[in-house]
Amino acid sequence: MPDRVRTKAASSKSAAGSLSPLASAGFGYPQARHLLWRAGFGGTPAQIQKLVDWGPEKSVDYLLEPDRVSYSDDSATKFDRDIMRPPSEEERLAYQRARKSQDEDEVAKFRLERQRRERDDRVQIAEMQKWWLKRMIETPRPLEEKMTLFWHGHFATNYRTIENSYHMFAQNAMFRRHALGNFGEMLFALIRDPAMLAYLDNNDSRKGKANENLAREIMELFALGVGHYTEADIKEGARALTGYTFKDDAFQFVQGNHDGGAKEILNRRGNFDGDDFVRIILEQRACAAFITRKLYSFFVSDVPSGERVAGDDIAPEQRAVLKELASEFLASKYGLKPVLRKLFLSDHFYSPRFTADQIKSPVQLVVGAVRSLNVPVRDLAILNDALDLMGQNIFLPPSVKGWEGGRSWINTSTLFVRQNILAFLIAGKKPQGYDATADTQKYDPKKLLTDLGSQSGVVQHPADVADYLLRLTLGHAPESAKAQLVAFLNAGGTSVSDDRLVGTLLLITAMPEYQLC
Amino acid sequence: MSFQAPYTRRSFLNSTLLMASAAATLPSFLNSTALAMAESLGGLSALPGVPEGHVLVVLQLSGGNDGLNTVVPFGMREYYKRRPGIGIPEKEALKLSKADGLGLHPQLAPLNELYDDGLLNIVQGVGYPNPNRSHFKSMDIWHTADPTATGDGWLGRYFDSQCCGFGKGESGTPDATDLVAPEASAALGPPGIAIGRTAPLAMQGRLIKPVAFESPDLFRWSANDMHESLRNPYDAINRRGETPEVTAGSNASFLLRTALDAQVSSDLIRKAVEQRPGVAYPQSDVARQLSMVAQMIRAGLKTRVYYVNHGGFDTHAGQGGSQGNHGRLLNQFAAGLKAFYQDLKAQGNDGRVLTMCFSEFGRRVAQNASQGTDHGTAAPMFLLGPMVKPGVTGDHPSLTDLDDGDLKYKIDFRNVYAGVLEYWMKAESKPILDGTFRPTNFLRRT
Repeated sequence: MPDRVRTKAASSKSAAGSLSPLASAGFGYPQARHLLWRAGFGGTPAQIQKLVDWGPEKSVDYLLEPDRVSYSDDSATKFDRDIMRPPSEEERLAYQRARKSQDEDEVAKFRLERQRRERDDRVQIAEMQKWWLKRMIETPRPLEEKMTLFWHGHFATNYRTIENSYHMFAQNAMFRRHALGNFGEMLFALIRDPAMLAYLDNNDSRKGKANENLAREIMELFALGVGHYTEADIKEGARALTGYTFKDDAFQFVQGNHDGGAKEILNRRGNFDGDDFVRIILEQRACAAFITRKLYSFFVSDVPSGERVAGDDIAPEQRAVLKELASEFLASKYGLKPVLRKLFLSDHFYSPRFTADQIKSPVQLVVGAVRSLNVPVRDLAILNDALDLMGQNIFLPPSVKGWEGGRSWINTSTLFVRQNILAFLIAGKKPQGYDATADTQKYDPKKLLTDLGSQSGVVQHPADVADYLLRLTLGHAPESAKAQLVAFLNAGGTSVSDDRLVGTLLLITAMPEYQLC
Repeated sequence: MSFQAPYTRRSFLNSTLLMASAAATLPSFLNSTALAMAESLGGLSALPGVPEGHVLVVLQLSGGNDGLNTVVPFGMREYYKRRPGIGIPEKEALKLSKADGLGLHPQLAPLNELYDDGLLNIVQGVGYPNPNRSHFKSMDIWHTADPTATGDGWLGRYFDSQCCGFGKGESGTPDATDLVAPEASAALGPPGIAIGRTAPLAMQGRLIKPVAFESPDLFRWSANDMHESLRNPYDAINRRGETPEVTAGSNASFLLRTALDAQVSSDLIRKAVEQRPGVAYPQSDVARQLSMVAQMIRAGLKTRVYYVNHGGFDTHAGQGGSQGNHGRLLNQFAAGLKAFYQDLKAQGNDGRVLTMCFSEFGRRVAQNASQGTDHGTAAPMFLLGPMVKPGVTGDHPSLTDLDDGDLKYKIDFRNVYAGVLEYWMKAESKPILDGTFRPTNFLRRT
């Protein structure tokens, strides 16, 4: 067990809570660095220092209040919403006639047109992937994007299933709108979200023929977790959700398809509709516990998804923290800011056993590298391809369960992709399979060393440089690797050249430990 | 693990996530070269509980291979009526013995030889209900073995089920007997290897992820070529294995072990592929891929499933008949397969390797106005190896009893998958395919 830093002020303020606040004095470079990596995508030495200067409260406020930082991009007008517009009734009938009469030429014409649109739409989703990646890289509101990514993984919807890029975009905007808002409101928005309605087949669900998919996943994966509902609850929930569909890009409630009859959901009785279904779910403490557990896994350390999942063998202290987070979440009526604020300002969050022990997701790796090392972005398409190769194709999660995360990101194959995309970012060497030319934008790593006084021409000692860079990139400096880096720097002569600096960063980012944050 | 915890399913899953990376016996492992070790262990099995050394090679024909011009039903009048421009004339079709009215496309002569040698089983009219005519959707349906085209890949689920008790349903309780032997290191080959930029969905499991590379050059650190001074420190850093600085069971220790595995694995695979193949392969991309697979099998990798892809079958226009585009693709396919089989035979590995070929759909019965064919439905599958029952499985779909101009399938592809899983991989197919499918029995009785 690591030592716990606790001041008198802190312990007197919290009523023996497990989430006792961190003392301002305990918020130094390592803590600020940790906060930036977990509640964002890492930061440069200057940004880390800025947070240290601000202290914990102001730093956390900055992250939690994105609206106070102005930022906008061209996304509102950038994308075409009509590519996958459904065929008109006329077009549909004409196509049916052609098929019936086996008029192959006419059938082919329809197919070609449809294929053209599908092709265009796939081009557009690729553009959206690059857009979002760029946004995560450049945003001054990192927690907003990180939470948007969290919700995308939580309410996982796959473009390939719904084949409508604009619906994915609209869903992404919805996640961002509620990213740090209120979970309950987001759940109401979710049962009106065209992408989700299509993905889980609720658009085909109608009275007498209820499709259970959406009701099931809301209970199992989105809000309650296994063990907190019955199959009967799913069936009744599905009935409540009948008639919830969409037309073009907008939610539509079709009264004629809705089953308005009496239902019993989680021991409540009434003529429930979809909103009632969501309301009843939000009344469950299990919902608050389920979501805060997932947030805890995302920000602190991996814990099983539900209390009733086999293998829930977490430490008592962690159990107490989870309990307190759930209570906080309920007390704030599902407001996300209060619970995250409490977490990010807690002693627990900065405990040494949680630092540098989270495996970076591919997005975290790539976005974090650019943001913390200040390397050029170089080529968003190549970065996006690499995300796919590393197993995180944004907008195309593998299933409704989202990404498994953790160690599933890593195998012998993805480890090389991870090392090689960093080599591309740092040195411009394109991964194999692209044209052989290197990206020529030069990366100047000297800026990272400003704290060491490089701007004034002071000779750098290799051991200091290695130690400094390791603490920046890994948060600590393992001796077993540091010795190699010092030797590498020493071989370059008495002063550290830019080339040696680049080489050192190539080696550091190829370290197994670089995959952690 | 950060927390002292009793042995549980979860910690078990974590510790065996990459099977191999569970290798605790690194010193002895490093004393022998991976290649020598692979040989000394003989018929290696990557996964516990499966027959020693059985390998599955999946060859995907992408784009929708025209089944009717591959296995030609020259005995059906309707065939020529619907395909006046591109139909294969009866006299040019390579007649299949013991299959009246059927012949192979003339460019498939090498495949015909394999058939005559009793090494090929052709499963006719394979498809699935409510066929989807989108390449992407239909391919995903084949890859997930799920009509909604969602979820993990069928081979990925197979990997998961064999290593981690997944796919056995929530009641599955993996215990110590399911544990992967510690010496079965990933460095002896990952469970699945796909040749290509990305690994196919079919191989993506929830826990087990396949390794994919276009060529083994990609399965290494690219900065190695940048400056030679980087090589030694890189090696030293990545071959550290677990160090005393890290807590046993932590993510850091997992990464240090996986990094070492990656280095050894990369050496092994690149060395394997550098070997000259035992036979001459024709010049084509699919032949190059098959040759790489054969050399990896020869090197004794414990990999259970290899995946190769032969693309370009989307012949909407100018498909050709006996000659032309489609024929060229078929010839590459057949000649590549023949060389692959001969290579395996020369190695003495032919009996260990079953090759399965499929395409996401066949094409429409009638040709279109551009002397091509549009997306259709059912098509034949091919199973190759000395273990298969030679001949033809099932009946050719009717050319008159159509569904909106499309063939009606005769055999669901999931029955074929079930056969592969049950009879060849010796795995229970029901949890993997999420349903009961009577396994097609295309294997010889032994």
